[in-house]
Amino acid sequence: MTDMRADAIPATKGSDNELRRVREEDQRLASERKKLVRDGPKLTGADLEARLERTWARPPGILGWLATVDHKEIGRRYLITALMFFALAGALALVMRLQLARPESNLISAQRYNELFTMHGSTMMFLFAVPVMEGVAVYIIPLMLGTRSTAFPRLNAFSYFMYLFGGVLLWGAFVLNIGPDIGWFAYTPLSGPQFSPGKRADVWAQMITFTEVSALAAAVVLVCTILKTRAPGMTLARMPLFAWAMLVQSVMVIFAMPAVALASSMLISDRLIGTQFYNHYEHGDALLWQHLFWFFGHPEVYIIFLPATGFVSVITETFSRRPIFAYPVVVLALVSTGILAFGLWVHHMFATGLPRVGYSFYTAASMTVSIPTALQIFCWLATMYDGRPRFKVPMLYVVGFIITFVIGGLSGVIVASVPLDLQVHDTYFVVAHFHYVLIGGAVFPLLGILTYWYPKITGRMMSERVGKVNFWMVFLGFQLAFFPMHFAGLLGMPRRVYTYPAGLGLELPNLLSTIGAFVVALGVLIFVLNGLLSLYRGALAPADPWGGSTLEWATTSPPPPYNFPHVPVVSSKAPMWDLGGEFPVVTGLRVDQKETLLTTVVSATPDLREPIPDPSLWPFIASVAVGILFISSIFSPWALPFGAIPSAIALTAWFWPKELKREPEPVIT
Amino acid sequence: MIHTPRFTEDLSELPTSKFGTSSLTWWGILGFMVIEGAGFALAFAAYFFIMGHEQGWPPEGRRAPELLYGTLFTILILLSEIPNSMIKKAAHERDVPAIRLLMPVIIGIGIALFVIRGFEFNNLNCRWTDDAYSSIIWALLFLHTTHVLTDWIDTVVLWALMMTDVGWEGRRLVDTDENSLYWRYVWLLWLPIYAMIYWIPRL
Repeated sequence: MTDMRADAIPATKGSDNELRRVREEDQRLASERKKLVRDGPKLTGADLEARLERTWARPPGILGWLATVDHKEIGRRYLITALMFFALAGALALVMRLQLARPESNLISAQRYNELFTMHGSTMMFLFAVPVMEGVAVYIIPLMLGTRSTAFPRLNAFSYFMYLFGGVLLWGAFVLNIGPDIGWFAYTPLSGPQFSPGKRADVWAQMITFTEVSALAAAVVLVCTILKTRAPGMTLARMPLFAWAMLVQSVMVIFAMPAVALASSMLISDRLIGTQFYNHYEHGDALLWQHLFWFFGHPEVYIIFLPATGFVSVITETFSRRPIFAYPVVVLALVSTGILAFGLWVHHMFATGLPRVGYSFYTAASMTVSIPTALQIFCWLATMYDGRPRFKVPMLYVVGFIITFVIGGLSGVIVASVPLDLQVHDTYFVVAHFHYVLIGGAVFPLLGILTYWYPKITGRMMSERVGKVNFWMVFLGFQLAFFPMHFAGLLGMPRRVYTYPAGLGLELPNLLSTIGAFVVALGVLIFVLNGLLSLYRGALAPADPWGGSTLEWATTSPPPPYNFPHVPVVSSKAPMWDLGGEFPVVTGLRVDQKETLLTTVVSATPDLREPIPDPSLWPFIASVAVGILFISSIFSPWALPFGAIPSAIALTAWFWPKELKREPEPVIT
Repeated sequence: MIHTPRFTEDLSELPTSKFGTSSLTWWGILGFMVIEGAGFALAFAAYFFIMGHEQGWPPEGRRAPELLYGTLFTILILLSEIPNSMIKKAAHERDVPAIRLLMPVIIGIGIALFVIRGFEFNNLNCRWTDDAYSSIIWALLFLHTTHVLTDWIDTVVLWALMMTDVGWEGRRLVDTDENSLYWRYVWLLWLPIYAMIYWIPRL
């Protein structure tokens, strides 16, 4: 087994007749292979681009829309869908803030309030924060890596539809008044059969199943894309930091998400078929839920945060006009955060009572994880200090991020200490802390990077002036909304309670929070309007409006369906800054069939030519079949065997070639 | 084209399929293996967590599952590695006739495994509703059954494809190679589950 090639093994085994036939066929295909059209010095420029356009365009119409495998289309859908869920969950937050604006308010009932915070948290975590990062990555990573498609584009399409159906399930249930009311972490026994009769908890648990399948599929797509499809020469040591962040994030998804999928499956089976995993009376344990949930839930916050650090690295580099200071340190910080994140989950459970050594270990681990994050922050500051920073809107968000995240990080480090944690556990102090790290740490960089990549995605610029206005509204409004919560928490205000009595000093912080929340909402609204209006009225964007260093700026804005006419070659960390007038490319890829280049994992030397699948309706049909299985299993265990049959058929049809004849070179039909 | 291209290398002679880590699907399969492995590892953790709460294992009043069928299953799934390795080797040699002949053997072994698995479920000496111990035992066996079932269906589909002319294509040989790799993973994962269901309660 010295040669690992699989496409050039001579046929030597079989009956004489068959061997003769196969050899003749091999020869015929080999001669046809010579006639295939490929890009190169003789086929370049407008001629090549017109032909690639024909090959890579998808069929028009609704069926073509459902069948698309273009990562840019799927990424855009991810982004738009996630932003809509962000708006919906934000609207719920406003309703909650109205309720809490004054003490003993009767605006909404306790039950409705339970639903509101459950929907807000679940939507923000599962339907906004993770998918939006995946959406950005699915769109931009192939462009950044200089390739034509993600790996497994049909799986990518499938992952989007699963995500969409999960979101529709949750919000459909909410509208029908069977939305979950058990909090975003759905602790047992509250979520178990005894205390949550009806279907509210099951809806929550199956929404988890949908979004986990989706996130896991997207993670595999991203890992394979990042490891195998980088432009020749883009060794791991030259990979853009956003790609590093997404690689670590995706690996974390792969290890963390199975925990919540397992936990929620066990919850459903407790509720539906009477297993006893979480039932104390039959020797189950509610804490088993907490362990499994937080084994996912803690890495989850880094799953949301690490892509955002990638955004910050990208923006800081471009707007400081200098490569990121101490690139290896940033990479190692990402990797070590990814590892440490799995050793912290128990700090969410300090109040459940632990052995002494458990307290000490998880306190130490929780404090340790701040080290790599702090290193990254110092690297960004050093980059700015040593560069020539331009404070355009994306860069303002980076500054807002650093200030806000550092405050949230500090309140995080102090609650790693058990005595303090026990005091502020389940109070608004914790609510303040995690909004500082999640909004400051993820949403600010996200708004920055959306402004930054908006011209690449749409071909137009967002208004800089309006962008500055909404930055200040979001930034200052945020501080007004969440800083007072620290005090409300220290005064003893518990989270998740629909009202509070007058006269405890809670009126002022709550009123300020409500005012701040509305300022943020107005700021976000202006951001959205800016985005919508700029689609028509924004200045036309050139290929590289900001002077970025990475390959997404080498192609037009917006990029053509095939991304790059020729596959680029890279010889530094900042290929666009080191061009020297000419753009090095490799050639020889097929033009009349979709083909991309695979490179080796570490050194990114050309390895294989890989066909890219044609558009197909099967991922959509498969997601409908699996969706029916998941939703009906809320009601009956028999959904599992019976729902599995159409799912298996759809998945088989997805894989099965349309024509069973040999091609000169592989195609995926 | 915005920038003037400088042509460096022509890759038209690059292969279109290779075995092992060059293959994109190899990495995809690895990804799914890790996902499943993480799921199983956490189910194992749940098993030991529940065990930690009990005075005895199996808990007092329960009998450990009957050894016979689980052991039969283990022997047969281990034996299945013989045709599995032969298929893997045949894929590397482009010995399509051997693949076409051996895949039905694996598929047949799969069917036998499902029959034995039925007896296993019947001889666990508990129902999943009894207590947390019973629930986790059933869960482990159920999870592994779905694992075997998915790869079995995959094998059937691949076999049907290998019976056609495209079976001679390099990419299909890589598929066959990777399907064998996956089957190894299925039986490897069974070994700790076998120990946990049948032997740890007997310690």
